[in-house]
Amino acid sequence: MSDTDDVGEAESSEDNSDDEVITHAHGAGGSQMAELIESLAVSRFAETDADVGLAALDDGSVQPIDDEHSVVVTTDSHVVTPLFFRGGDIGRLAVSGTVNDLAMMGATEPLALTSSLIIEAGTPQSTVERVTESMREACEEAGATVTTGDTKVMGSGEMDTLAINTTGVAVVPKGGHVPDAGLSVGDKLIVSGTVGDHGISLLSEREGFDFGGDLESDVQPVNDLVRAAMDAGEVTAMKDPTRGGLATVLNEMASKADVGIDVEEQSVPVSGPVSSAGEVLGIEPFDVACEGVVVMAVASEDAEAVLNALRDNPKGEDAAIIGDVVEDHTGQVVLDTGFGRRYLSPPEGEQLPRIC
Amino acid sequence: MATNAESGDDELQFRDPEKAEQLTDELEALMAEIGEPVNVMHVCGSHEQAIAKFGLRSILPDDLTVRMGPGCPVCVTNMPEVDEAVALAEEGKIVTTYGDMFRVPGTEKSLADARDEGADVRVVYSASEAAEIAEEEPDREVIFFATGFETTAAPTAAVLTSDPPENFSVLSAHKYVPPAMEVVAEMPDTDVDGFLAAGHAATITGYGLFEDFVEEYDTPAVVGGFEPIDVLYALARLLEFIRDDEAGLENAYPRCVSREGNVPAKQQLWEVFDTTSGEWRGIAEIPDANLVLSEDYAHFDARERFDIAVDPGAADPLTEECICGDIMAGKADPDECDLFGEECTPQDPVGACMVSSEGTCKIWLEYGGQPDL
Ligand code: SF4
Ligand code: SF4
Repeated sequence: MSDTDDVGEAESSEDNSDDEVITHAHGAGGSQMAELIESLAVSRFAETDADVGLAALDDGSVQPIDDEHSVVVTTDSHVVTPLFFRGGDIGRLAVSGTVNDLAMMGATEPLALTSSLIIEAGTPQSTVERVTESMREACEEAGATVTTGDTKVMGSGEMDTLAINTTGVAVVPKGGHVPDAGLSVGDKLIVSGTVGDHGISLLSEREGFDFGGDLESDVQPVNDLVRAAMDAGEVTAMKDPTRGGLATVLNEMASKADVGIDVEEQSVPVSGPVSSAGEVLGIEPFDVACEGVVVMAVASEDAEAVLNALRDNPKGEDAAIIGDVVEDHTGQVVLDTGFGRRYLSPPEGEQLPRIC
Repeated sequence: MATNAESGDDELQFRDPEKAEQLTDELEALMAEIGEPVNVMHVCGSHEQAIAKFGLRSILPDDLTVRMGPGCPVCVTNMPEVDEAVALAEEGKIVTTYGDMFRVPGTEKSLADARDEGADVRVVYSASEAAEIAEEEPDREVIFFATGFETTAAPTAAVLTSDPPENFSVLSAHKYVPPAMEVVAEMPDTDVDGFLAAGHAATITGYGLFEDFVEEYDTPAVVGGFEPIDVLYALARLLEFIRDDEAGLENAYPRCVSREGNVPAKQQLWEVFDTTSGEWRGIAEIPDANLVLSEDYAHFDARERFDIAVDPGAADPLTEECICGDIMAGKADPDECDLFGEECTPQDPVGACMVSSEGTCKIWLEYGGQPDL
């Protein structure tokens, strides 16, 4: 399950039947995607004197600009089926995604966004207008604005309707950024809202299941929420569970920081409709994307204060402490189900609804 | 499922951790009385899901092993059966099947591969959806590649008895579980002390079905549901039988399962299908465990209607290393396979157990396998 569903399969330039092709799994946020990024990009681009560079594979990069400031840059392309879904659309997704990636680095005041639209010929202009209007609204919500952009039109059939790339830039005080690998043993893990809403509702809509109007995407900018949390206490690491969901980001955080994570399943907020739809579809809410939720590690003495700060904001009213950073099982996440314990492994590839 | 027989039944009570603790204490006590290791086999992907998902193996007594047997209809579908479906698709017919079946490798290719090469293969959610496609495409032959145990064979039967279009036919790979349990119970190195029987299947067939089995093979069986408490409770009842050295049968899932099962569905099932002997992938040739269309319905049988030319190409050499057969016979766990999670993943499966959402390998990969926690 991902928002990259329509990237399509790349053709190999030479006629080499041994050449591996890009598959949907490479875009699904799992281990195959990590390998692809490593081989395509990390191995090619030189390390700079960045505070956080490409090789960190964090939500954005952090480069010092003078002795006191660093600039945070992030970029993301968005493709989603359907374009308009319950709770949002591709425009809202594009702005929120980039604003949130900046925020995950601790940069909660976006300086500027860029927007590049790639449109399939034959797409009604009103569709594109609806999308850009929705981008404007999301910008307003986030206190951001688009300062430059680009528009390309592709032939009909050469792509699926509309793709949006957004880049975000922000400035943070030097050393004031939050890496995703900063958690240490003893920290508490907090999630800012119910998980799985975006992925499960999109999947239900795509598969044509009607679970009533209650199921909708959570897509929203959360920079204000992050700001409130950072003001209330020491946030040591942050990530938003987009592709691959909660299971993936927790595993990434654990392995990057060389710590273990224990999660109490019962304490993870999941909305009623999401959990029942998940059961029907045979998909774990922990394995699918959220677009308006943050997972943060917080110094344990600050955990209550951060939790309260999150809950004071309507976007964070379901926030909860879900677990601990521990010394055991380094690099792995263990879920206490209330009955027994098991690993919470990252999902492999695309999440498909159960058929049998 | 969720056909609560008793009114006022609250699903949540089957997820009560306190009850779970009482039951695990009970299991420990029973194991102490038995005084030696016990091997229990279940035969249902949904049981494996429940056990893995709720982390139940981490709270079971150490010397109680619970393994999945031939419990996934997709996994036990034999490669030549997939080859037949592929051959029909390559002849230009519309082949429909369940999504789980779509990527199961045949000898040379899967239906997904055939579709990539241009064949018309469509994923459906039900047999009736396949029949609808036949209705919409009267000029094409539409074949339903039907897999599944009793639970899914019954709806296939229902479609065939309700006068489907002429251009509709069924390539049956439906299977019938009890004879497979018999074969596994007899395997010398499998060594099963008791069976946890599948609650879903029993809603159709009724638990009475296992009466003969229990007697003949002198092995106890308990029909269990799929909530954590259901599973733990059924295991406790099974351990009681084992302690008493009694080949008993108990229905520990009365809110869904009766002795007779769903009588009309059963009648329909046996009107449409006969049993025949056939190979279950990786396990053995099992007598009377494959469901084929009966004479009255032979005109809807794809094997009767078409001359299926199966050309088994070279099997992927990796499949030689796949130990699905041992896993389904309860002799091995997925992480004993050298390919598990490395060469064999849900995206690029080597064996069928990694394809189906009911397959042990896929479930273990998803829920982190054997917890050593
Ligand atoms: S069909 Fe249902 S009862 Fe039978 S094995 Fe599959 S999940 Fe279990
Ligand atoms: S991991 Fe793959 S190859 Fe190994 S037994 Fe399972 S399905 Fe077969």
